[in-house]
Amino acid sequence: MTRRGRILLKTLVWGACLVPLALLAWRAWTGDLTANPIDFVTDTLGRWGMRMLLASLALTPLRLVLGIGWPLILRRLLGLFAFFYVSLHFLVWVVLDHFFAWAQMGADIVKRPYITVGVSALALLVLLAATSTSGMVKRLGARAWRRLHRIVYVAAVLGVLHFMWLAKVGRIEPYVYAAILAVLLGVRLAGAVRAFRVRRRGTRAGVTSESSSDNRPPRRSIVARTEIMGGPDMAPDHRTKGADAPLGLPRPPALGAVPGGARTHPRNPGRPSRARFVQGR
Amino acid sequence: MLIRQAPRFRWSEVTDERLYLNRRELIAGAAALALFPGRAEAGPPPPVSQLAALPAAPNPRYRHADSPTKIESATTYNNFYEFGVEKEDPARLAGTLKPRPWQVVVEGHVAKPGTFDIEELLRLAPLEERVYALRCVEAWSMVIPWIGYPLSALLKRVAPTGQAKFVEFQTLLDPEQFPAQKKGVFGFSMSGLDWPYVEGLRLDEAMHPLALLTVGMYGKVLPNQNGAPVRVVVPWKYGFKSAKSIVRIRLVSEQPQTAWAKAQPREYGFYSNVHPSVDHPRWSQATERRIGEFRRRQTLMFNGYADQVASLYAGMDLKKNY
Ligand code: HEM
Repeated sequence: MTRRGRILLKTLVWGACLVPLALLAWRAWTGDLTANPIDFVTDTLGRWGMRMLLASLALTPLRLVLGIGWPLILRRLLGLFAFFYVSLHFLVWVVLDHFFAWAQMGADIVKRPYITVGVSALALLVLLAATSTSGMVKRLGARAWRRLHRIVYVAAVLGVLHFMWLAKVGRIEPYVYAAILAVLLGVRLAGAVRAFRVRRRGTRAGVTSESSSDNRPPRRSIVARTEIMGGPDMAPDHRTKGADAPLGLPRPPALGAVPGGARTHPRNPGRPSRARFVQGR
Repeated sequence: MLIRQAPRFRWSEVTDERLYLNRRELIAGAAALALFPGRAEAGPPPPVSQLAALPAAPNPRYRHADSPTKIESATTYNNFYEFGVEKEDPARLAGTLKPRPWQVVVEGHVAKPGTFDIEELLRLAPLEERVYALRCVEAWSMVIPWIGYPLSALLKRVAPTGQAKFVEFQTLLDPEQFPAQKKGVFGFSMSGLDWPYVEGLRLDEAMHPLALLTVGMYGKVLPNQNGAPVRVVVPWKYGFKSAKSIVRIRLVSEQPQTAWAKAQPREYGFYSNVHPSVDHPRWSQATERRIGEFRRRQTLMFNGYADQVASLYAGMDLKKNY
């Protein structure tokens, strides 16, 4: 995708992510927030947080299963919007629902499992959002960063648990989300298992996965490798970043690899990284 | 080959039109439910403004210190699982309920069992208006001017025998009128409840002057979404104890198996008295949000009716008997 294409896509998705909030604002303006506005706003924000979190998690499996890689550049954007909506959800709870009744809220966090897991999920999202910048990828190293950011699955599981525990019987929505999350997790696990198998075979043969002697179709190894690709946006061209070899294996030169790729911009391999200049000072 | 041939008729011409539409509705409903729960299709009930007025004298003994909840809120924010689990569902879907003609069977351990037509029920005792607080188990509350008369008036009419210890209320079972009573895709109840909805009271609770056999609210007959045409209101208990759209009242000797206690026995007990220090397993009951207000309020023991009903439970452990 061209740079302009990327910018356009991201701008569009940015706008789309703000639509639920705008609708909420519109309903507030027209006095259409149901008889219990605080509940309605809490629920709406929570549900959109959940949906965006799942959307951000769906992009890698989309690539693994269908081979559609371009949406990966939206991953950070969607993840941050999920964080944004969940934060608002939390703020509504603190400010509108409990009006800063700290003792009451503290008791709820300790005593109510659905609140406990909700707060835990939010804490994890804070950590992930704080380390979501390209600078952080550099500072932590792509590999450690990727590992850290797998926590997002824990956050999603906690978020779904939160919903399942608070929802009254008869509501289907939490189980729909649980099912979606299970599928996404399953795809990632399958990818990881395959990557592990590829690595073992490669190690035994004393060669890298790419050049292993078993003549496996190249797409499989790409699939296996994608699971461990890093960077907040994970554009498909990032495979070439070379910041880290798959699971510590020597990385073979890949399509369009940039020599000294560790210093390329994490979102745009063609461009030198800003972080490089920072580090250089 | 036959199967390659374009059909010369539509399936709708083959299948009985009513069944056909029904099935389509069901399928569309199931699909809509799976994607966006609570978006199945059906008609809204008549607007409240068009409901018949129901004259009743306000009973000065049962006024409430707080002003009544707006009627728009009381008729658009309802838990009535027969129409769906979302609180917006009843106001969107209750058009299917037909509150006339209507009959209520009263039977069981009674000397004079009977079937009462709704018109007869409306004349059985003088109608009075009482303003009661309504506390939902979900920690919100309203204040509603109900119209009715003490349930005891009806019960005395059928003369309970010595064996009668409990009163069981049954809501209408009719999936045509209550769309959520239709079985789900795999034959499961979509709502998690067994139909018909069953509620119950101890006989002395049912005979208490506060327990109201209710036929109207806000000066009108009951709207469909609020349990038309006849329901009970038991103001010192959580809202789900007040059965709606009642077709059968049984006087029994054993404690009835009530709908919510059956579905989630750890969360909903038979008594379900409003009690600020007996929490729901998942949330606190210490405070509540009064619909229309911003800040939470303290929940009162027995929903503010302690002076009238506490004696019913003398010596009972209300933490165990939740
Ligand atoms: C990743 C984090 C979270 C996600 C994905 C999330 C998502 C949700 C969802 C989907 C709902 C249900 C909405 C509905 O009923 O339709 C919900 C409800 C709720 N959430 Fe969260 N939530 C998160 C964190 C939190 C936190 C940190 C708090 C507060 C400490 C919180 C408090 C609540 C409350 C009180 C409700 C229930 C509102 C009601 O009574 O209906 N959530 N949340």
